[in-house]
Amino acid sequence: MSALISVRGARKSFGSKQVLAGLDLDLAEGESLVVIGGSGSGKSVLLRAILGLETLDSGQVLCRAKPMQGRVRDDFMDSFGMLFQNAALFDSLPIWRNVAFRLLGRMPAAKARALAIEKLDRVGLGPEVADLFPAELSGGMRKRAGLARAIAASPKVIFFDEPTTGLDPIRAATINELIRSILDESGVSAITITHDMTSVRTIADRVALLDHGQIRWQGPVARMDDAKDDYLRDFIAGRARPMARNTEPG
Amino acid sequence: MNPVRLTGRLALAATGGTGRIAIFAGRGLAGILPLQAGLLFRQIIQIGWLSLPVVGLTALFTGAALALQIHSGGERFQASDVVPAIVAIGMVRELGPVLGGLMVAARVASAIAAELGTMRVTEQIDALVTLSTDPLKWLVAPRLWAAVLTVPILVGVGDLVGIMGGWLVGVNALGFNSATYIANSWAYLESWDVISGLIKGAAFGFLVALSGCWFGMNAGLGAAGVGRATTNAVVVASVAILAANFILTGLFFR
Repeated sequence: MSALISVRGARKSFGSKQVLAGLDLDLAEGESLVVIGGSGSGKSVLLRAILGLETLDSGQVLCRAKPMQGRVRDDFMDSFGMLFQNAALFDSLPIWRNVAFRLLGRMPAAKARALAIEKLDRVGLGPEVADLFPAELSGGMRKRAGLARAIAASPKVIFFDEPTTGLDPIRAATINELIRSILDESGVSAITITHDMTSVRTIADRVALLDHGQIRWQGPVARMDDAKDDYLRDFIAGRARPMARNTEPG
Repeated sequence: MNPVRLTGRLALAATGGTGRIAIFAGRGLAGILPLQAGLLFRQIIQIGWLSLPVVGLTALFTGAALALQIHSGGERFQASDVVPAIVAIGMVRELGPVLGGLMVAARVASAIAAELGTMRVTEQIDALVTLSTDPLKWLVAPRLWAAVLTVPILVGVGDLVGIMGGWLVGVNALGFNSATYIANSWAYLESWDVISGLIKGAAFGFLVALSGCWFGMNAGLGAAGVGRATTNAVVVASVAILAANFILTGLFFR
C-alpha cells in the first residue's frame, strides 16, 4: 500500500516545551490508523499539523509523496472530512446547513438539503433534526451530526479527534461502531486520535503510540496486546505510572 | 535588561503587531469579493439596525443636554440665541459621530469579539478551515463592511435625533419659537459639516469591527480568554475612536 499521508521529521515546540520531536508517521491508502498517547503527548498537535492548522518548526507533511502545499494542499483540503472533539458545529446554522456546508457551494440548496438529510439518516438522526440548531441537540446527537458533516462530501480521508470524549459508554460504543461501519463501507482512510482503548479496538487497523513527541510503538491492532513495550502495556491496562514533574500536558 | 535592547524589542513588537493588524484588515476588506449578500445583510441587521435604539437614545439626550448647556453658558455673554446653531453644528461635526461610534463600540465590538472568540475556543474557526472556507471571508469581511456601511447611517440618524432633542428642550423649556429654532438650526449648517461627520462614522465603524474581529479571532483559551478578548475589543475600539476623531478633526477643519 502506498502512503496517502506521510509526516517526516516533524518538530514543534511551544516556548520551551517540545511537543513533536522529529516524528515520522505514514497513513496508507484505505487504512484506519489510530494514534494513542497520554494527554500532552502531542496527538492533537500532530493532527493539527497534518491539517495545516499548526505550522511545524521543521519537518514536513506529504500527500502521496508530494509536500502538502499549494495545489496539493488545496486538493487535499477538498477531499477530507473531520470530526472534532466537541463536534464544532456552527452555532448560527441549522443542522442540515452544518452537514451540507461543503456541498452548498457546489449544488442547489434543495439538493444539498436532501443529501444532508440522507447523511443524517446514515448516522442515526431523523429528518426532524435537520432544522434544529446545535444548541438544541444532546452531546451524542451533536457528535453524530458532526460525523454526518465529516462524511457529507464523500471524503477520501477522515480525521477523528477524540470521537468518544464526553459520551457515556453506550453512546461511545455506538459512535465507535458507526465509525467502523462507515470506514468499512466507504473504504476511506482514517486517522483517529484517542486514548479510549475501546475506540482503538473497534476502529483501528493499525495503532501508533505517541510519547514525548515521537512514535514509541506502532503495529497492527492485533499485535498490540503482545507488544513488549512497558508503556504501551500500562496504557492498555490503564495502570498508573510515576509522572515526571511539570509534564502534565496541555 | 539593557534599555537600548528593551526599546528595540518594544519597537519591533509594536511594528510587528501593527503590520499583522494591517494585513488582517486588508485581507478582511478584500475578502468581501465575491460578494455573499446573505452574510453581509445579516451583519447589516446585527450591527446597524439593532444599534439604532441605543444610538438614537444617546443622541436624543445628548442634544437635549447640549441645548441646556449652550443656553445656560450663552446667557453669560447674551448669546443664548445661538443654541439651535451650536446644537446642530456640535451634533453633526462631533457629538453625533463620536458618541454614536462609542455606543456602537460598546454594543458591537463586544458582541463580535465574544462571538468570534467563542467560535475560536470551540474549534468552529478550525472547522471552517477544514471545510475549505477562509474565516476572513466568512466571518471578518461581512462584519467590517457592514460596520463601514451602516455606522455613517447611524450617525446621520443620530444627528437628526440629537438636533430634535435640542429642539424639544429649546421649544418646551427655553422659550424658543419652534419655526425659528428649526430655521436657525439649518441656517449655519454647511454640507461639509454633515459629510465630515459621516466620513468619521465610516472610519469609526471600521475601527469598531476591526477591533472586535481582531480580538475575537485571536482570543485566548477558555472562558477567561473570551472575556479578555471582549474587554480588550471595547477598550481598544473606544480609545481608537477618540484618537481617530482627533486626527480626522485636525485633517478636516484646520
